[in-house]
Amino acid sequence: MVFIGFFFIFMGIFSFLISAVGLIRMPDVYTRIHAGAKSPTMATILIITGAIFIEPSWMPKLILLAMFILATNPLSSSVIARASRKAGVPFSTDNMLDELKDFKEKEE
Amino acid sequence: MYEIVSILLLLAMLLSMIRFLKGPTLSDRVVAFDVIGIMALSLLVILALYFKRSVYLDIALVLGAIGFLGTTVFGRYIEKGI
Repeated sequence: MVFIGFFFIFMGIFSFLISAVGLIRMPDVYTRIHAGAKSPTMATILIITGAIFIEPSWMPKLILLAMFILATNPLSSSVIARASRKAGVPFSTDNMLDELKDFKEKEE
Repeated sequence: MYEIVSILLLLAMLLSMIRFLKGPTLSDRVVAFDVIGIMALSLLVILALYFKRSVYLDIALVLGAIGFLGTTVFGRYIEKGI
């Protein structure tokens, strides 16, 4: 059981390292949000799964923590993306797809 | 074994801290801050396993709530100002 738990925990740490490298190397705010939202969520779920395998008596608290992370983490990244698009943070290249541009022109 | 895991997690936090210090705009810093908060939450779960005390899980839950609130408030600040 402990071996399986450490396997899951190491998978989670690997995912965290991928997320940190993506935060450094991505060219743009929006792609950095992409690297900083999905991979840490999966890493946290993997680490909590490993903790359930190591200490099975803590399962209710850990499942509550996983549900909380799964609910709030995509929401906060979506809030940052919407706010930075409305504040006019620039994109990195010219040939990107900006579907919000038409809506913004209609509002003005 | 727990020591190796904690050191690797601290390495990931340091790599995110580079983006937090370098980031050209405020949004980059907020994203890096959010990721560092999630990593601290996972570090608290590993600390609870290391000391065999489940009190740290409550602290992790409160830290997740505070981090989410901080990120949302920063998003409102980026969008509208104070």
